[in-house]
Amino acid sequence: MNEIRKEIMQNVYLTYLPAKKFKTSCFSAHLVTPLRKDTASYNALFPAVLHRGTVRCPDMEQLSAAMDRLYGAQISPTVRKRGETQCIGFVGTVVDDHFALGGERLLEPATQLMGELFLDPVTRGGRFLPAYVESEKTNLIDAIRSIRNDKRDWADLRLLQEMCADEPYGISRWGDEETVKKINNQKLYQHYQSILPQSRMELFYCGSAEERRVVDALTEAFAALCRGKAVEMESIQRYAAPSEPRYVTETMDVTQGKLSMGFRCGSNDVPALIMANLMFGGSSNSKLFLNVREKLSLCYYASSSYARSKGILTVSSGIETKDYDRAYEEIMKQLAAVQNGDWEDWELDGARSTMLSALQSMDDSQSALENFYLGQVATGQSETPEELAEQIRAVTPERICAAAQSIALDTVYFLKGKEGE
Amino acid sequence: MNTVHYPRLGDQAIWHTLSNGLPVCVIPKQGYSRKYAMFATRYGGMDMRFEKDGEWLDTPAGIAHYLEHKMFDTAEGNALQELAKNGAEPNAFTSNAMTAYYYDSTEHFFENLKILLSFVSVPYFTDESVAKEQGIIGQEIGMIEDNPEWQVYKNLMQCLYEKSPARVPVAGSVESISHITAQTLYDCHKVFYTPSNMCLVVVGDVEAEEVYRLAEEVLPKERGSEICRDYGEDEVPVPRHKEYCEEMEVSMPTFLVGFKCPNAPQGMERMRNNVIGDLACDILMGDSSPLFARLYSEGLVNGSFGCAYDLLPGVAYVYAGGDSNDPVAVKEAILAEAQRLVKEGIEEDYYQRVRRAVFGTSIKSLNSFESIAVSMVEGCFNGFDAYRFPEVFDSISKQDLIDFIRDHICEESAALSVIKPKEAE
Repeated sequence: MNEIRKEIMQNVYLTYLPAKKFKTSCFSAHLVTPLRKDTASYNALFPAVLHRGTVRCPDMEQLSAAMDRLYGAQISPTVRKRGETQCIGFVGTVVDDHFALGGERLLEPATQLMGELFLDPVTRGGRFLPAYVESEKTNLIDAIRSIRNDKRDWADLRLLQEMCADEPYGISRWGDEETVKKINNQKLYQHYQSILPQSRMELFYCGSAEERRVVDALTEAFAALCRGKAVEMESIQRYAAPSEPRYVTETMDVTQGKLSMGFRCGSNDVPALIMANLMFGGSSNSKLFLNVREKLSLCYYASSSYARSKGILTVSSGIETKDYDRAYEEIMKQLAAVQNGDWEDWELDGARSTMLSALQSMDDSQSALENFYLGQVATGQSETPEELAEQIRAVTPERICAAAQSIALDTVYFLKGKEGE
Repeated sequence: MNTVHYPRLGDQAIWHTLSNGLPVCVIPKQGYSRKYAMFATRYGGMDMRFEKDGEWLDTPAGIAHYLEHKMFDTAEGNALQELAKNGAEPNAFTSNAMTAYYYDSTEHFFENLKILLSFVSVPYFTDESVAKEQGIIGQEIGMIEDNPEWQVYKNLMQCLYEKSPARVPVAGSVESISHITAQTLYDCHKVFYTPSNMCLVVVGDVEAEEVYRLAEEVLPKERGSEICRDYGEDEVPVPRHKEYCEEMEVSMPTFLVGFKCPNAPQGMERMRNNVIGDLACDILMGDSSPLFARLYSEGLVNGSFGCAYDLLPGVAYVYAGGDSNDPVAVKEAILAEAQRLVKEGIEEDYYQRVRRAVFGTSIKSLNSFESIAVSMVEGCFNGFDAYRFPEVFDSISKQDLIDFIRDHICEESAALSVIKPKEAE
């Protein structure tokens, strides 16, 4: 894919990916902001408030009507955590012009609407509409509370909160309930107005439109964006695991217990760690899947994931409360196997081809591309999926062992069922 | 070989029926490196009672799903790993009405297709491997039972239905699956995994002839016989229970309101019925409806709210729900809005734009190989051509939607399922 990245306005960058095979265009606009405890909830809240109405379409019905007329264009608020940044904005899709009954242009009005959502909210007396702020506050609080409903997500979140308690990485992308409760309309509006000019904006487009057309459409849509002094982004901090791992256990009335484990990766050999993670628990061919799940039937799921920007590896599993010790030992045993190079050739080959295939087929999904490139630009990385694939091909078994040996257990979080007491 | 062009969608489908009766569909997609194959059987969680060799068999709840798990076992080892070794991403699902096995791969596509066709058509179980699976599926059931969205759906189905197996969860229960043996699995495989009861769909930049050739070579030659299934006695039009409430570890109440609808016919009429049902839901309470905007701004629903019309073997229903602190008020508001629409009609401008939006959303779904494959398989099993949706759309009028809403969205056919947060102890 011939991606182009360019600065189209001061501190506003466009990543443009031409692709004719899709029936839609995918586009997005994000502000890349530092993930901080005091601002995370504000950042999570205001895109939802913006999504309630613009000057031209001041309520949900009129906004929906505008999107319906563009053949069901969707422009949704998004809040993502990438490394220690919080990326907030809108992501949209619209069908290609030739599906329109009159052959009319759909991309320009769709990006225009995204620009209005960002820059031209409906206001009264220099503030957002109070009803919108209040109801989105309630929704955000409900969303934060509902993380508890999915016990797997909850256990993974609690693990990071415990493990990275003093790091931005431990902050949830939605912030926290206490801060949300204290937000008022005036403070939120001020925050919105100050964050717009000082944040880098990342725009993304993937679809069949020519580059010139996309640049023109987005420049027009964001013409009113004020630019000011850019806020300094801090580089991501990495820490070593403590000499003794920390153990945290909590109880809930659930049938299945959740065991989540967090590790720190000391090595900077990212491609080797990607491979180590895949062999350990990152695919359906991994040691965790084959041994902990298939061979020992200890759990329904057991998988690992590696956050390369932060150098953290986490294991997530669902087990019977009584099986805690066995599952814990088995997970550590499988990690040791990866560290000692104790694997068959097919495990390495399978892991490598899984990763290569995933990178290659990313070209086939607009949303996967959008997500990948946002992650790259938000965390200051620049390799393309092709370049990453090249690095994966070059990884040797020795490098995998060396990188895996730098993986050290930091924190264990166990959510157990009441019956197991 | 029968190539059908769909100029309004910019796609084509190439159908061919093998000598053993298996329908095969190839959807060519140029420019993609992914290739996708789905091999599915018309056998799902609801197919619990059926005829085998002249005798009616009653099989345990959850058996189709259990069989899906065990099909990956082969005499040589495990097909999941074989496929993964080739860089493919294999998976499977069991729904009420079908079991599907699929994979995605960028390389070794035909090698992988051969593995897929072989392991799905050749069963290999031992008593030991079947017993072992009870641990894994038991865990899966435990996980599902902790999931409020699943639980609220299960409870709704048990409110709506009395006799239909739609009321039984696809995965069964820990108790029901304990009755499954290698022999019952072999019986079910023999009856349902026959070429004439299955469908193969391939999406991607793939040579169609090569798919047919390989499938002819690998698959069994026998068609299999006609299957007699029993989905229980006919349901009465009203729900069995009006309301069911359960407490779970959730932060706020979550609910589903269901409206029991009559069964839909097979063929294109089924597809038309499906489109009418979905459009009626969108008009009544979809994302851009006045009702949704009102409920949202009153704080009665949030972004989790959704609605749809669902057709299962022998039964059909509309459902709507999400998180809400006052499910009863939401249900009442839906009923009141339905009455208003029936009385006042659907405003023309609103009708036209919702149609347009739903059409665009259907176009968008054609970017997804999974959703293309699932709709082709559903169409094949139910006698319609899923790619004909633009024409079906053209045939639908406002009156069709009003009729649907008047006939089905009413108090008599409604049931409410609610999951409430546990009271603090």
